[in-house]
Order: sequence, then structure tokens, then C-alpha cells
Amino acid sequence: MIPALLVMAGIAVVLGAMLGYASIRFKVKGDPLVDKIDAILPQTQCGQCGFPGCKPYAQAIAKGEAEINQCPPGGEEGVRKLADLLGKEFKPLSAEHGTEKPKRVAFIDEAACIGCTLCTQACPVDAIVGAAKQMHTVIAPLCTGCELCVSPCPVDCIAMVPVQETVDTWKWKYPVVQLKLAEPA
Amino acid sequence: MLASLFTFRGGVKPASHKDESSHIPISPAPLPDLLVVPLRQSAGGAPQARVQAGQRVAKGERIGAADGEFSSAIHASTSGTVLAVEPRPLPHPSGLSAPCAVIEPDGEERWGERVPVDYASESPEALRGRLRDAGIVGLGGAAFPSHVKLRPGAAGRIETLIINGAECEPWITCDDLLMRERAEGVSRGIAVLRHIASASRVLIGIEDNKPQAIVAMRAATARMADVEVVPVPTLYPTGGEKQLIRVLTGTEMPFGRYGAEYGVQCFNVATAYSVHRAIDLGEPMLSRIVTLTGNVARPGNHEVLIGTPIDELLKLAGPKPDTDRYIMGGPMTGISLPRVDLPVIKATNCIIAANAALFPQQGPEMPCIRCGACTRACPAELQPHELYWFSRARNFVKAAEYGIFDCIECGCCAFVCPSNIRLVDYYRFSKSSIRAQEREKAAADAARQRFEFRTLREEREKAEKAARLAAKTAAGRRAVEGAGARPAAAEAATSLPPLDDEKRALIAGAVARAQAHKEGSPVEPTPPQAPVQG
Repeated sequence: MIPALLVMAGIAVVLGAMLGYASIRFKVKGDPLVDKIDAILPQTQCGQCGFPGCKPYAQAIAKGEAEINQCPPGGEEGVRKLADLLGKEFKPLSAEHGTEKPKRVAFIDEAACIGCTLCTQACPVDAIVGAAKQMHTVIAPLCTGCELCVSPCPVDCIAMVPVQETVDTWKWKYPVVQLKLAEPA
Repeated sequence: MLASLFTFRGGVKPASHKDESSHIPISPAPLPDLLVVPLRQSAGGAPQARVQAGQRVAKGERIGAADGEFSSAIHASTSGTVLAVEPRPLPHPSGLSAPCAVIEPDGEERWGERVPVDYASESPEALRGRLRDAGIVGLGGAAFPSHVKLRPGAAGRIETLIINGAECEPWITCDDLLMRERAEGVSRGIAVLRHIASASRVLIGIEDNKPQAIVAMRAATARMADVEVVPVPTLYPTGGEKQLIRVLTGTEMPFGRYGAEYGVQCFNVATAYSVHRAIDLGEPMLSRIVTLTGNVARPGNHEVLIGTPIDELLKLAGPKPDTDRYIMGGPMTGISLPRVDLPVIKATNCIIAANAALFPQQGPEMPCIRCGACTRACPAELQPHELYWFSRARNFVKAAEYGIFDCIECGCCAFVCPSNIRLVDYYRFSKSSIRAQEREKAAADAARQRFEFRTLREEREKAEKAARLAAKTAAGRRAVEGAGARPAAAEAATSLPPLDDEKRALIAGAVARAQAHKEGSPVEPTPPQAPVQG
């Protein structure tokens, strides 16, 4: 009886020590779930979800404080991926946070720009160059299309233009079988 | 002589249709009224235009310089005047536009400087540079810059040079005719390529349905040591790079690896001929041989300047009135042209006029019955039906897992499919979607990095500002204590909530400083600050 208890207690101590060591040795810094969610989000940093950027939204989703359907730039596909990752039901994009739009980038009418720097301060991804009283311009490949620069502009010289497809970005379309309409008799 | 050839799995034998155009000698196409030369015709970076509208150019003048090592130059195909450098539609399945130089020929064919080089006296490095600047790209169809392929790989050097004269795709005969008529030039090009690659042996693979080409190439290479013309069995797609390497050497290349890493490299016969022209004659790649065939009155092969409009070229062949579409390339891998007022590019090996009799409309797509015919036909040893399911379901992760990027889009699976499924279209959709996703992912990662850096920078600036303010306050405090002053202004603050003496003194000090500024006579002591002007 006693030896058996000792053996069991001994095993428990050894295993406990191993687990304790492992929890220190293999400690994961940060929250891997937040990073995984953040990797799915489109990094537009537009704040349409109601959080100041993609990372805060990812943190809110991880804590269960936000729904997964609040990111219009990520679109339905983004919601689907989040639902897959988190084991949740797919939901259509919530209307109050906006609708999915084709990718657009900001364009500054350089003739009208007065060089106020308000847009450069608003841009979350440093995609606008320019200094005080100097003309500003958007570095189009870096622009995420968040539209945050549009409203601060005092002279309304920023427009969102759709991104044109080029030979490099063109995609083969999903093969659709042409259905022939029956000739009216 | 090789003891035996190797085989690859799968493959199909479509009707060859080579006789229509192969009995007529190559003839030069007439100079068109207008040449539209796309600035980017190869894989890699887009060349920057070196000419402007209104400028006169000589034949062979470089109008677009290679953008970096992984790119190839572009030249004026004839002498004349540049009318514009502007986006024009390309012979691309999308029908989209890209920058092109529009040249109006003056009819003089006035050559620019041509510098023939004795290749034996030049280093491989210098010759690779010459090939890049001569715009030499693979003429087999992929238009991959040749100088990049000639870089020594992990194996140290290219042991075996393979020259691809298989031309396995139906209808196309441009390589066949080139080998028959210009075998001497091809063999000189092979000598240059061999010198650059320092290859110890050369194997020229030609399908056994081209006996005349085999005889011509054997005669031209008879005096070259360790060069062998190897007739290979006629089986589509033997002309695929990986397939031909497998047949001739038995080397099977894993995914994502290139021939150079295994000491093997493969070039098309037409590429070899262009290398000969570029090095021995100093002429950059300005023209290529294009097969015009299918539903036309006069099929044949023509030497065509790059940039010639396809509709002008088709006048030589005379398409019959019931032609309903045009295919660029072969019927297996080619693309249906969205229109015909497009330029001939370096990758244009063949234009086929199609009608319902030659290329019957495919029946309606029916469900996959999992018969496995595609799997038996696939030369890349994939499972096309699985790839089809995943692509159809947009399950790109699985499609990539099942090796969709190993697919060479040869079309064997669609050729044998009893359900008429356009399998290759699904794979192309999948591949381009995966590539687009990767591009978006890279862009999102870059945006995240910039956003995080920006947040960091803003926090740092805030901290620095707070530190500066604190320093200023401390300096002001010291100044007040030093003066020991309690100005009367403090009395005005009696109605406000009681402040402690220290704060009151600071406010008083600030008010005094402001007054002093107004009067324009600085009062001592002032805290350090920027001089005020005006």
C-alpha cells in the first residue's frame, strides 16, 4: 500500500517537474491566435471595423469582443477564412461596417494640392509623400485604399481611383460553361 | 550513339497536321506599314523605353534596355520613325494593353551598328551580357531570357547542352523548316551556346517525324565533336523542356528546380539560330519564323519582323471566309486571340486559322466520371482529376498541395477527357488565383510592416515631445526660482481654483515672457528657444 502510494506520488512529482520545465522552456511569446487572425486580415488599416487598425481588430476577435464579419476590405473570402480558423459559422459582411468594393487607390490632384500635410498624417501606411507647402503625391503600389486621407483634405483634391488590371495582375477567369438559350419555338 | 532513350509517362498522339505547311520553303514577310513592338516580351522586368515619339531609329537599334539581370532588351525591327510609345493591346489571353513602341518603317532597312564577335575569344560572362543586350529569349514559346539560363547552376557548370528540335505540337512547322534550311546557322549558334556553358556534350533532340531536319542537322554538325542528333519518338509533349531532358538523359527534375542545377540545360533550335545571328553577325533578335496554317489558302512559314500586325501577316496566307477564330501557338497550348490587329511577338511561333471543321466545337462539359484517363495521359505525373476538383471548388491550398504548379498546361488531360472538361482552364484559373493571393499577401505583409513602423515612430515622437516639454518646464521653473519673483499677476487668479505657489509662479513667468515678446524686448532670463522673427 505505502510503496504503491510512494511510487505514484514519485511519478506525479517527476511529471509535474517536467511539465513545469516545459512550460518555461517552450513558452510562446505573444498570442499566436492574434497573429494568425492578423495574417488573414488585409492590413488595409482603414478602421472600418471600428478598431484603430487590423491588429486591434485581431485582438478583439481573439478575445471574442468582435464579430468576424466586420472587415469589408477582406470581403466574404476573409470572413470565410476567419470562420475556418476559429471554427465559427460563416456570416455575411455586416452592413453597418461597409460593403466590399473593388480595390482602389488614392490619387491626389497635384494641381489642387496646397501642401497641408493632413493626408500624410492620416495615412496609416506611409504611402503619401510630401512636406509642408510642397505638393503631395500617393505612392500607388503602397496605398491600401483605406480612404482615411480623403476626408481630412481641406481642398478635396484626393479621389479614390479603381486599380486598373495589367497583363501582370490579370487572372484567368473561373471557367464558366456557356449555356445556350433554347430557341423560342 | 546513345545506347537507349528514356521515356516519360503519359503523353498523347494527336493528329500531327504538319504536312500542310512543311513542304513550302520559308519566305520573308513583306515590310508592314506600321510596326508595334511591345517593350516587354520576356519573363522578368519590363524594359524602359529609350526612344521618344518622333525619334528616328535604325534597324537593330536598342529601344528598350534590359531592366536588371533578369530581363532582356528590345530593338527596332526596322529603320524608321517612332510615332509613339504608348499602351497597345498585346497578343495575350487578357487582350490588355502594355507599353509598345509604334514604328513607321521608312523602307530603307538602314542598319545601325553591327558588331560581330569572335565568340572563342570572349569570356562566357561577356557573351551572356551580349545575349541580354541582343534581346535573345527562348523561342520555344516561354520567351525566357536565354542569358539567365546560361548561368552556371549549383552543379558548377552545364555538362550537357540539349537542343530542342522536337516541335511536338501539331500544326507548327517553323522549327522543322529552320533546321532544314538553316542547319548551318543553328549549328554555329549551338557552338556559341556550348562555349558559354562550357558543356562537354550536346544532344539535339528531333522527333522522328522530321527526317529531313534530322538529315540536315546531322550534316551540319558532322564535324563537331560530341554533338549528337538524336531522333526521339513522336509523342506529345516530348518538346516540353522537362520531358525532353528526361527522354535524352534520364534526368528527372524535381519541382522548382532548373536544369542548370543538374548540369543540363535546354535551348530551342530557333534560339540557337538567333544566338548565331547575335554573336557571329551582331544582329539582335528582330525577326522570327512564324507558321501560318489551318484554314488558309496558302499555308507556309514566313520570316516575320517582331511587331508586324497579325492581320497583315494573315494576308499572306489568305484565311478562308469560314474562319471563326485565330489561335496563337499550337492547338494544345495556344491561346485564342481576342482580335487580330495585334503584333507578332518573340513568342509567336504559329498562327492557326480555325474553323468548325478543323477544330470542332467541344461538346458540353459533362461531370467527371473519375475514369482516370487524364491521370494516364499526364506527362507531369500528376492527378489531373484531383486538381480539377480542387480548382473547381476553389480549394487552392489543396490544389497547390497536389502539385498544380508542376502542371505544364500541355493539355493532354483535356485532350483525352471523355467528359469534354476544359481541365487546363481550371488549372490556369487556379494558378493565377494562387499567384494573385501571394501578391496580395506580400502587399499586406509590407503594409503591416509600414503600419507597425509608423505606430512605433509616432509613439517615439510623442515620447520625445513629452521629454522636450518636461525639459522646458524644468528650465522655466529654475528661472522662476532664480528670480525669486512673485509678480502681481498672481492676484488675478484668485477667482480660479487655488493653485499651489509653484504653479502660480510658473504661469506668471510664462505671462511675463509673453509680454516681453510682445514688446519686442527680451527679458532675462529666457528659456532656450528658437529665435522669433518678424
